[in-house]
Amino acid sequence: MSGAVKASLSRRLRSGIRALPILTALVTMVACGSESGPSAGKAGAGDAGRSAVRIVMVTHGQTSDPFWSVVANGVADAGRELGVRVEYQAPSSFDMVRMSQLIDAAVASRPSALAVSIPDPSATARSIKAAIAAGIPALSLNAGDEAWERLGLLGHIGQTEYEAGRAAGERLAVHGAKRVLCVNHEVGNTSLDTRCRGLRDGLAKRGAAMLVLGINLADPEDATQRIKNALGRDAAVDGMLTLGPGGAAPALTALRESGHLGRIAIGTFDLTPEVLAAVRDGRLLFAIDQQPYLQGYLAVVLLTKYLETKAIPGGGQLIRTGPSFVTRETAADVIALAKRGIR
Amino acid sequence: MKLLVRPEASAAAGALLIWLLFAAIAGPPFRSLEGAAAALNAAAPLGILAVAVALLMIAGEFDLSVGSIIGAAGMSVMLLTRHFDWSLWPAIALTVLLCAAIGFGNGYLVVRTGLPSFIVTLGSLFVFRGLTIAVSRQLTQRTQLGGLDEVAGYRAAQTLLGGDLVGPFQVSILWWIGLAALATWVLLRTRFGNWIFATGGAPEAARKLGVPVARVKIVLFILTALAACLVAVIQAVRFAGADALRGEQQEFRAIIAVVIGGTLLTGGYGSAVGAVLGALIFGTVQQGIVITGVDADWFQVFLGSLLVAAVLVNNFVRSRVAGTR
Repeated sequence: MSGAVKASLSRRLRSGIRALPILTALVTMVACGSESGPSAGKAGAGDAGRSAVRIVMVTHGQTSDPFWSVVANGVADAGRELGVRVEYQAPSSFDMVRMSQLIDAAVASRPSALAVSIPDPSATARSIKAAIAAGIPALSLNAGDEAWERLGLLGHIGQTEYEAGRAAGERLAVHGAKRVLCVNHEVGNTSLDTRCRGLRDGLAKRGAAMLVLGINLADPEDATQRIKNALGRDAAVDGMLTLGPGGAAPALTALRESGHLGRIAIGTFDLTPEVLAAVRDGRLLFAIDQQPYLQGYLAVVLLTKYLETKAIPGGGQLIRTGPSFVTRETAADVIALAKRGIR
Repeated sequence: MKLLVRPEASAAAGALLIWLLFAAIAGPPFRSLEGAAAALNAAAPLGILAVAVALLMIAGEFDLSVGSIIGAAGMSVMLLTRHFDWSLWPAIALTVLLCAAIGFGNGYLVVRTGLPSFIVTLGSLFVFRGLTIAVSRQLTQRTQLGGLDEVAGYRAAQTLLGGDLVGPFQVSILWWIGLAALATWVLLRTRFGNWIFATGGAPEAARKLGVPVARVKIVLFILTALAACLVAVIQAVRFAGADALRGEQQEFRAIIAVVIGGTLLTGGYGSAVGAVLGALIFGTVQQGIVITGVDADWFQVFLGSLLVAAVLVNNFVRSRVAGTR
């Protein structure tokens, strides 16, 4: 239907085709026991002739989170436009053990360059340092604005989470909210903790308070219940900030089902077509845009250019892709782009 | 012929072939030290679990609670150290006791009620996952705790449990090999090992011959819980923290590794070496796919196919075994 969806499809297809010979060989080999020889060794040798540059990205993005498809679309587009090979890897759930294993495997595969997100520096620092020790140019994106420099990365592409949270807090407070829930869908992601901290400080300027509520993205029904229960427990809550679209959808459902819609000011981090429609219709006050497409796209561009020229913007610094705010006035324009998976 | 009837024969061939396959497709990176380490490091925690689960499965029982015990034990260490300000070693000691108690509880319930262990431990899988999340949320408002590296005793724990052995190889590999060797010795050279085979193979006959079937099962349930505990502590130390969801699905992965390793689901037949090879195949495929440059998403497809293929081979082997005896 759209270019971005096609790009993502063809990416999956390509890697599926690469996976196929291994799969069939594996199954036949195990099924036949020791009889079949190592003749399958020639499979998968079809990558020769492509550009030698190979960039691997490892993120923490949960499979069920639409946000990361947009990042992956940026990666795929940049790879195609530049003619470099890109690979995107992420654990299926928020799993730091698996994520560090993915980084280890990526490092062992000796890519030309590496891009990672750093949601929990203490869990993945060792794997990231191993990449740098192996001489692989690496930068971080999305999460890690407080850790990238300490780990010796080339730079970081993303938004400053604290400032984004604080700006959201100021907006909610100006709108009159006095008691605001910070709805966290990835408890353990320090970037999200930072957003809640920013929210608290933004609210505090006008004497408003913040409470954290943890939810589980894998089960939207449970997430909705949790938000409803929190509203039922504390009648004074009059504002809410969800830290991603995965949290925004159950939050809106919870508000509708409990009859709070319109009485509680609610904003969210990050965009989806559904979030934007809610902003356009006034059910959401605002959506904070960190421009994930650019995070994926720029990571590939900057690393490719670094490999060619050893140059990096600012000589290595935080490259901001956000925060910017999408409000009722601007939402309609962005919806078409979000539907194509590029905003 | 003698070699073929060993439970792990097909798994050994499978491990070798899969290694050769990835070595050919992924090329030098996979054959490098880092490549080997990436696979072994991923296989080690699962291998520790699988060795204990293999013993239990040979005795004819399942333990589906190991995954949630990993979560519970990890959070127990973190809560004791970070919330109650214990130093690390006492926290580990109490956590080990806690795990042993959970294992005993599982075993006792299975033996006393006569319910299938599949059901009993499926229950405890949810009970302990839920308890872990609820208790940590109650105490700290969080389900993830970090900062274990600031706790007294961390340095020693790091060396013994969570650190690197040589180069990129983690010390957990040593635990894995050590436990597998111990389990193999117990299975093949001790009376308790005979009891395990008898308990799974012919429980009624074993009971009549004076094998303490109930005691054997309870001990093995305690062992699987302790193996989960060790994995939890290793990962908490390695990653300087834990979260309540850690270990999710490890119960199935451990069973898959054990089955790929040639142990029969019906009990009475299997080996610890097979479980080691099963975990090795697991780690090799899991990391090899990424090194090859294929999306990690495909791993589950391989895994499921591998499982069914392994059971087919096992059934074939079983009929051969029946034939040779």
